[in-house]
Amino acid sequence: MDDMEGEGTIKKFLYLNRKAPYGTVYALESLEVVLIGAAFDQDVSLAFVDDGVYQIRKNHNTKVDSGIGMKDFSKTYRVLEDYDVEKLYVEKESMEERGLTKDDLIVPVEIMDRAQMAALMAEQDVVLSF
Amino acid sequence: MKFAIQVNEGPYQHQASDSAYQFTKAVLEKGHEIFRVFFYHDGVNNASRLTIPPQDDRHIVNRWTDLAKQYNLDLVVCVAAAQRRGMLDDNEAKRAGKDASNMAEGFRISGLGQLIEAGIQADRLVVFGD
Amino acid sequence: MLQTVNKSPFEKNAMQSCLRLSPQGSAVLFYEDGVYAAVKGTRFESQIKEATQQFSVYALLPDLEARGMRAEDVIDGVKTVDYSGFVDLVADNGAVQAWL
Repeated sequence: MDDMEGEGTIKKFLYLNRKAPYGTVYALESLEVVLIGAAFDQDVSLAFVDDGVYQIRKNHNTKVDSGIGMKDFSKTYRVLEDYDVEKLYVEKESMEERGLTKDDLIVPVEIMDRAQMAALMAEQDVVLSF
Repeated sequence: MKFAIQVNEGPYQHQASDSAYQFTKAVLEKGHEIFRVFFYHDGVNNASRLTIPPQDDRHIVNRWTDLAKQYNLDLVVCVAAAQRRGMLDDNEAKRAGKDASNMAEGFRISGLGQLIEAGIQADRLVVFGD
Repeated sequence: MLQTVNKSPFEKNAMQSCLRLSPQGSAVLFYEDGVYAAVKGTRFESQIKEATQQFSVYALLPDLEARGMRAEDVIDGVKTVDYSGFVDLVADNGAVQAWL
């Protein structure tokens, strides 16, 4: 199977999410890569930086009858754990300057300051930016 | 060295596909290898053979096709992103019962696993987008 | 690492986030509309000059020239490269992070 050619190699993959959901499709299609990518058993981290933090804000409501009528995919972040995607990081300044705290987020995350985020980035083999 | 390229935007609207093309060409001319070019998000629109740019402009789609022919490149269009945007090859069109397909020569449709595999197999993944 | 920035600093925060979060010693390449950050005389000039102390900073010459600027217009300490130089930067600096 062509898709499994990479079996055996484990690389550090970072998904760098910097865009808000719904206004553009990047957040949703990034999540689709994460879900497919989980099957490859790589060492995966997700970083939420800048407007990317808004992707995991609680209480999205996109109902068809009263709302924008798009799929609310924020709940999918909660099932990432079942895919063994467990390293979710939020950059402190990005979260705070948006008036948010950890309690506003739909999933448990680790909050990282600048230096920690830089260190996380420095150890990656592959960075997928959305 | 083995490079993988990801193109996230369609032709003409953003410079991303132009930059990716110039970069890919430079990689090849320097004697490096391109493991795969993966088209994601609106990037799938780079594969439309129905594109008709003005005669005095570059033909972005044909340019990719020609480069693929010259260097035997693997140009992969993400199936999920492509279906959303009405980008189909003959097989996909048949399967979905559509009366036409629009995939240009040199491109093939495949899954997101091909992007992850490219990240694993190539020494570098370079993302071009907006 | 190689950090790439393709947005004008007047329009998007890509450059600011890149400079805030990139690991020390990274190479930073400005290309497409990102090249506006690399030229003299803008309100970002002092910030870029400061960045050259921490990072190796580059601007893509074809993108500068397309936008009416020349190699001598870039801030001292910023080097210009062509697409071939872009490839070398990727080859020489490990993982690439695109600040889209």
